[in-house]
Amino acid sequence: MSYPRELLENLYRAMVRIRLCEESFVDPILSGDVRCPCHLYSGEEAVSAGLCASLDDIDYVFGNHRSHGHFLAKGGSMQELVAEIYCRETGCSRGRGGSMHLIDPAVGMLGAAPIVAGTISLALGAALASSIRGERRVSVSFFGDGATGEGVLYESMNFASLRKLPIIFACENNLYATHMPIRDCRVGNSIHPIAEPFGIETAEVDGNDVLAVYEAGRKAVDRCRTGQGPVFLEFLTYRYRGHVGPDDNIQGSHTDIRPKEEVADWLRRDPILNFEKHLVEGGLLDEGTLQRIRSRAQEEVAAAHALAKQSPHPQTKELTKYVYQ
Amino acid sequence: MSTSRKLQYSLALNEALHQMMESDPSVFLIGQGVKSPWYVGNTAQGLLERFGETRVIDTPVSENAVTGAAVGAAIAGMRPVVVHPRMDFMFYAFDPIINEAANWYYMNGGKASVPVVIWGIINRGGEQAAQHSQALHSMFAHVPGLKVVMPATPYDAKGLMIAAIRDPNPVVYIDDRLLYRQEGEVPEEIYEVHIGKGNILKEGKDVTVVAVSYMVAEAQKAVAALAGEGIDAELLDLRTVKPLDEELLLASIKKTGRLVVADVGWKTCSVAAEVSALVSENAFEYLKAPIRRVTLPDCPAPASAVLEKVFYRDSRDIVHAVKQVITKNNVMG
Repeated sequence: MSYPRELLENLYRAMVRIRLCEESFVDPILSGDVRCPCHLYSGEEAVSAGLCASLDDIDYVFGNHRSHGHFLAKGGSMQELVAEIYCRETGCSRGRGGSMHLIDPAVGMLGAAPIVAGTISLALGAALASSIRGERRVSVSFFGDGATGEGVLYESMNFASLRKLPIIFACENNLYATHMPIRDCRVGNSIHPIAEPFGIETAEVDGNDVLAVYEAGRKAVDRCRTGQGPVFLEFLTYRYRGHVGPDDNIQGSHTDIRPKEEVADWLRRDPILNFEKHLVEGGLLDEGTLQRIRSRAQEEVAAAHALAKQSPHPQTKELTKYVYQ
Repeated sequence: MSTSRKLQYSLALNEALHQMMESDPSVFLIGQGVKSPWYVGNTAQGLLERFGETRVIDTPVSENAVTGAAVGAAIAGMRPVVVHPRMDFMFYAFDPIINEAANWYYMNGGKASVPVVIWGIINRGGEQAAQHSQALHSMFAHVPGLKVVMPATPYDAKGLMIAAIRDPNPVVYIDDRLLYRQEGEVPEEIYEVHIGKGNILKEGKDVTVVAVSYMVAEAQKAVAALAGEGIDAELLDLRTVKPLDEELLLASIKKTGRLVVADVGWKTCSVAAEVSALVSENAFEYLKAPIRRVTLPDCPAPASAVLEKVFYRDSRDIVHAVKQVITKNNVMG
């Protein structure tokens, strides 16, 4: 399979922007400059980069608590993301939402929320809206393996399948629901078969291979757009950082809850390094191009932090401003 | 061109849905039993035939996902009405209603509103016991970001449904099946009853009776009975329980100096409690007697009709409460 150079650059750029942006929060979190709970996405970049590349601008995305990557990949502004994480008025949610509430309706990023599985039904509703209006717009619901323990996922799959709604259930299986390894949460590690009884097309995808994600996404989007009903995709991936914050722990308890060998194994499967290798060794993009993309992203991240830190806090007199429209 | 015409409460609601679906293609009705009179009475009659299954969506029993779908569709630009034929089942939908819909506009810094109507039907009485008859309005009224309306008359049933559909915020619309056969004047045209505005149904000078939903009908009987005994009661129908019409409430108390609140919910943390607190905070010096609340006791609804008789409140309880505050005339000067 050969891909246009522009697409390959875009996929690489999307992943690098997310990684560098995520890692840029480590120090501010440790120093206390960033205080809202940050669920870092490092290691999982290929999922949102690949899947969002298969979408059009008009398509909808709903995220969860770990949505910095979803927001950036769908086209949300990095400046607004970083400012939101500093809880500033210039943030995408004007400092009222913080890291877990990211929205940019102009690019189809309709929102994110940390109630596990809470936005699955919202994405279902966006797909229903698309269906009622006779549009070909697709909705993507990003959720983690932990969300498969919530009943609303099964209600949503049933209803989506009944009405053949254009929704992609995108399960990012990073093997841990907060501190709980998947083997303690469910019988059997494999998640994607849960969609089968609902008559939903379902597949397991290497979530660290951005081209595999993109291919699976394209097929799923095509199926949704042509009215063939929903698709469930399970992306196998891994988060490098903790459930929340930089450390591999649930803050306040023990550290290093994941086996060192397991972490090392996943680091060898790094989605960005492996894609770089694929691009350079295949002669698809040269190292200079990749270096330029990395430098630009690094500058963008630094500028976003500088701007965020200079941005005003929300005004106290506006505490209740957005309770009602 | 308002015309004088009488309509049943349920048909007034039905007319609101017909007219709003006709005039706005983004309005749709979704919920369990919208095809079935057994569930929603005649409130949905003719809608399916007229607007089809694309916009009149009967659903499996999945309150959480279906309500979430209505909320999500609203975020994506639609104006859904999601119905819960027994509001007891709405507990399954508290997450999309409270965590998501109520908070959405605020926690996203005003970037996306949620113009959804969440319609819950109370099924008071009928030996239906604890899980088929609850009135949950106070729980919703507690939550910032939600508006809560409770029409007591056919006129308000139509006007508040239209206002709720047009409102950019999530509105919880609560009625009671016992109200459905009530008849009253209902204009044929589209009109709104302003959310947040109460209504003085009868002016009076001796005592203010504040009532909501089904208790408005009981309060009307009570006020008529009291008039026969020379007590001139003012009757205030709240119509909206969030936000409360503080201005109208306080003006009435300043006139009468006495308050009885008749609510359809339990006593603790009720709308009646909130009304009482507002008056205590803002018009204490005008009160001539302690406030009385006529509410359900803090007890689950019983099945037995014998127990129901003492569980539910009616006009006699309101009359009794009014007489208590009138005789306390001198207690507080």
